[in-house]
Amino acid sequence: MTTLILAEHDNAHLKPSTLHTIAAAAKLGAPVAVLVAGQNCAAVAAEAAAVTGIAEVLHADNAAYANFLAENVAALVAKLAPSYAHILAPATSFGKNILPRAAGLCDCAVVSDIIAIEGTDTFVRPIYAGNAIATVKSTDKIKFITVRSTAFDAATATGGNAAVKAVDGAGDAGLSAFVGAELSKSERPELTAARIVVSGGRGVGSGENFKMVIEPLADKLGAAVGASRAAVDAGYVPNDYQVGQTGKVVAPDLYIAAGISGAIQHLAGMKGSKVIVAINKDPDAPIFAVADYGIVGDLFDVVPALTSKL
Amino acid sequence: MKILVTVKRVIDYNVKIRIKADGSGVETQNVKMSMNPFDEIAVEEAVRLKEKGIASEVVAVTFGPTQAQETLRTAMAMGVDRAIYIAVEGEIQSLGVARALKKIIDKEQPGLVIMGKQAIDNDSSQTGPILAAMLGWPQGTFASKVDIAGDKAHVTREIDGGLETVALKLPAVVTTDLRLNEPRYASLPNIMKAKKKPLETMTLAELDVDVTPTLQVLKVEPPPVRKGGIKVPDVDTLIDKLKNEAKVI
Ligand SMILES: Cc1cc2nc3c(=O)[nH]c(=O)nc-3n(C[C@H](O)[C@H](O)[C@H](O)COP(=O)(O)OP(=O)(O)OC[C@H]3O[C@@H](n4cnc5c(N)ncnc54)[C@H](O)[C@@H]3O)c2cc1C
Ligand SMILES: Nc1ncnc2c1ncn2[C@@H]1O[C@H](COP(=O)(O)O)[C@@H](O)[C@H]1O
Repeated sequence: MTTLILAEHDNAHLKPSTLHTIAAAAKLGAPVAVLVAGQNCAAVAAEAAAVTGIAEVLHADNAAYANFLAENVAALVAKLAPSYAHILAPATSFGKNILPRAAGLCDCAVVSDIIAIEGTDTFVRPIYAGNAIATVKSTDKIKFITVRSTAFDAATATGGNAAVKAVDGAGDAGLSAFVGAELSKSERPELTAARIVVSGGRGVGSGENFKMVIEPLADKLGAAVGASRAAVDAGYVPNDYQVGQTGKVVAPDLYIAAGISGAIQHLAGMKGSKVIVAINKDPDAPIFAVADYGIVGDLFDVVPALTSKL
Repeated sequence: MKILVTVKRVIDYNVKIRIKADGSGVETQNVKMSMNPFDEIAVEEAVRLKEKGIASEVVAVTFGPTQAQETLRTAMAMGVDRAIYIAVEGEIQSLGVARALKKIIDKEQPGLVIMGKQAIDNDSSQTGPILAAMLGWPQGTFASKVDIAGDKAHVTREIDGGLETVALKLPAVVTTDLRLNEPRYASLPNIMKAKKKPLETMTLAELDVDVTPTLQVLKVEPPPVRKGGIKVPDVDTLIDKLKNEAKVI
């Protein structure tokens, strides 16, 4: 039986998280179909059809799906669900909002945030903020799964030539309406896809200091900027910079943490990085226990020096 | 309007967990337990809505072992009016909780349900949307702001790219994110008062729902450990290591 993927996109392009989810789905060994639900998103459907390894693209174009309201999109997914054995979405705020609702409509649970696939019903997922790794077997009739992007490579965006089929659901469920969004704009790479991430914590002290100390280093390295919850809560940076158990999970080649103590909830979001650098004035900060290279010192000396010498 | 909040008893977020030697799970005996932090936020939000005169009554519900009743007392000390305890021996998972909650909600008829966005033990993050689906209600997940006006809730949601606001027709399910509010501490007088508030006990048999877990845990293991690295004396050494040893810049 075929696997269905709920594509994350912005009506113009597929999000990288979708490519990682497609690569995960390929491991199930069944043909992969991709559902592109949105408004005026034919270009996205075409993009999905070009990804290597896709058997079919289902394209649902309807004003009700324009802003990906869970009430409307989940109903569509649930309507299609009986023809599939597995339904996957990225474990992003998009997938974690819609997929459990679709599962609920089918009286199924979700296997959340998987990091490995052991078989068609057996999956590996972190629990307790990544301090334990559980292998679980699902007995649900349809397996609804959200996929942690950093745990799977991205599928190749080109080389495929799948057929695109129009589908439709009930459209507007009449339960909710989109009011507006405040999206942070940045020229920097996207946090979860960046090769290098420079993150600041409470030790950075202010939003101004983020701009004067953290951002220049990020720009020098072509890096994304991240933050601890303490830095977000203090209002130094927007909420979508947060890395951790309840923020974003990143696994760049290089993660630089400045003025971050290393609470388990923060580590949950960055422990998978290839190389970790910690800059902290407290030699006993727990972040040093996971850092490949640590510098004990004042970040206001160390970070600018690093920026100028690179 | 009546508000229903769900609270789960979990290992305190400050505790370093221990994995059982036989790999069957995580040790919860003799470990400090607390209310799931996201549920504290749910309770706080509901109590504030009552203080503002928008809610008339706040009811808390939990599913768990006998000791989970302490979590309900904590919720009542924070301002919840009454509580419902459903005794569960063994494991109950998100789907089972949602099925059982649906039965309770059919009877209680709240205008709003507030839950945590995830329980920090299983990090499964699904009970709210599953429940909303079963009820046929709209959902405002990962809420950082909730405004109730008439028969609508405006919910600001934390999403990957920033914030988004949706308007939901009440009744609705809201799940809390960390920045929705700062939960209060229960004062001693309120802790005393909470002991006298009504706590109703129910069994799963009375609710007549199947809560058999559909996710069988085959094994639980520690994550791969990162070997601690080295401390470097200065920025020049760091740059040299990053370039020539780690080869990441
Ligand atoms: C349910 C729950 C979920 C959570 N989720 C997350 C999450 O997703 N992400 C997250 O990050 N946190 C999360 N937290 C919060 C987490 O527990 C910590 O409170 C938080 O990570 C601390 O942030 P911090 O390291 O910036 O601040 P602090 O712990 O205060 O550390 C600041 C550090 O900066 C250092 N410092 C200060 N000044 C300087 C200087 N001039 N130079 C160098 N070093 C300096 C200090 O030595 C200290 O180590 C969560 C908590 C809970 C309860
Ligand atoms: N056993 C339980 N008792 C009460 N509430 C629960 C229980 N399990 C889950 N919940 C609620 O559902 C939310 C999300 O949990 P989960 O989907 O399991 O991550 C929690 O924050 C609680 O509000």
